Amino acid sequence: MAPTLTVAPGPTVRTHKGAVAVVTFKAALPPGFHANSNTPSDAYLIPLTLKWTGGPLQADGITYPKAAQEKYSFSEKPLSVVTGQFSISTKFKVPANAPTGPAAQNGTLRYQACNDRMCFAPKTVPVTVSLDIE
Amino acid sequence: MQWAAAAGVAAILGVVACSPSKPAKPLVREDSKRQHAPDFALKDADGRLVHLADYKGKVVLLDFWATWCGPCKIEIPWFQEFQRKYKDRGFEVVGVSMDDDGWKVITPFVQMKKINYRVVLGDDKTGDLYGGLEALPTTFVIDRSGRIASVHVGLAGKKDFSDAIEKLLDDPAVPANGNSVRSDGADADRRAGTHG
Repeated sequence: MAPTLTVAPGPTVRTHKGAVAVVTFKAALPPGFHANSNTPSDAYLIPLTLKWTGGPLQADGITYPKAAQEKYSFSEKPLSVVTGQFSISTKFKVPANAPTGPAAQNGTLRYQACNDRMCFAPKTVPVTVSLDIE
Repeated sequence: MQWAAAAGVAAILGVVACSPSKPAKPLVREDSKRQHAPDFALKDADGRLVHLADYKGKVVLLDFWATWCGPCKIEIPWFQEFQRKYKDRGFEVVGVSMDDDGWKVITPFVQMKKINYRVVLGDDKTGDLYGGLEALPTTFVIDRSGRIASVHVGLAGKKDFSDAIEKLLDDPAVPANGNSVRSDGADADRRAGTHG
């Protein structure tokens, strides 16, 4: 069965116009599975990639989880991967003209998972952050 | 790429081996229990249509893989070796790449690995025909009558493949009506019991 990466909904982010907000959310893979990190060991491997696709905030840098170097039976050298629970942070700028009140920042997280014997098709899961802009 | 549940592969086609350390038995399904491998029409790097039916009368190792699949890369050198070793006995490897990015990633990979067998670009339709292909590699060993003799989901053992291939190559039988990979079950009945 293909592993599903779960993204935990975070608390509503309260911020204000002109501010800088750092938003962190947690994601997790089931035990026994790994996904390539954002900087995979091999150019053919598909990286963990967060894209913000809509919302009032302007992304100004993404901090991916620290990769683990793990050796698998199918690889001659360790691979740069993420496993278990991990966090991804994004630094946002709140535009001076952002609308006040509740809003949502939407994005997608693309990953490609394997275990030590097989790999699964790349998947993209939605990521949503609830906002309250003052 | 929308892939269906892997259970389909196991249930419909019969997974016979999954672990490199635990070769499953039997290496190939009994003759009477083999199902016909679905035909397909997929393009190779030169844009030529390749049909499974093109390989009638041959033993075929049909490997569904992708450039992003680490375990697939372990098996590819084995398959290159099999292609060299068994080609003259009526054997062919066909690699079906499931890369969404198509030839722009497949071609340099094939060149880098010096892959010596035909590679075609797969699609969801073909994946569905073969039970969904939830995981890669998924490899089918197809007998001379165009029937699936074994399925391996995930990294398998090299010897599992070579033993199955040799067993199938030693069977010269081809359907009497024999002009289709979709020949009817009469051949299976006729040949039942000819394999151990």
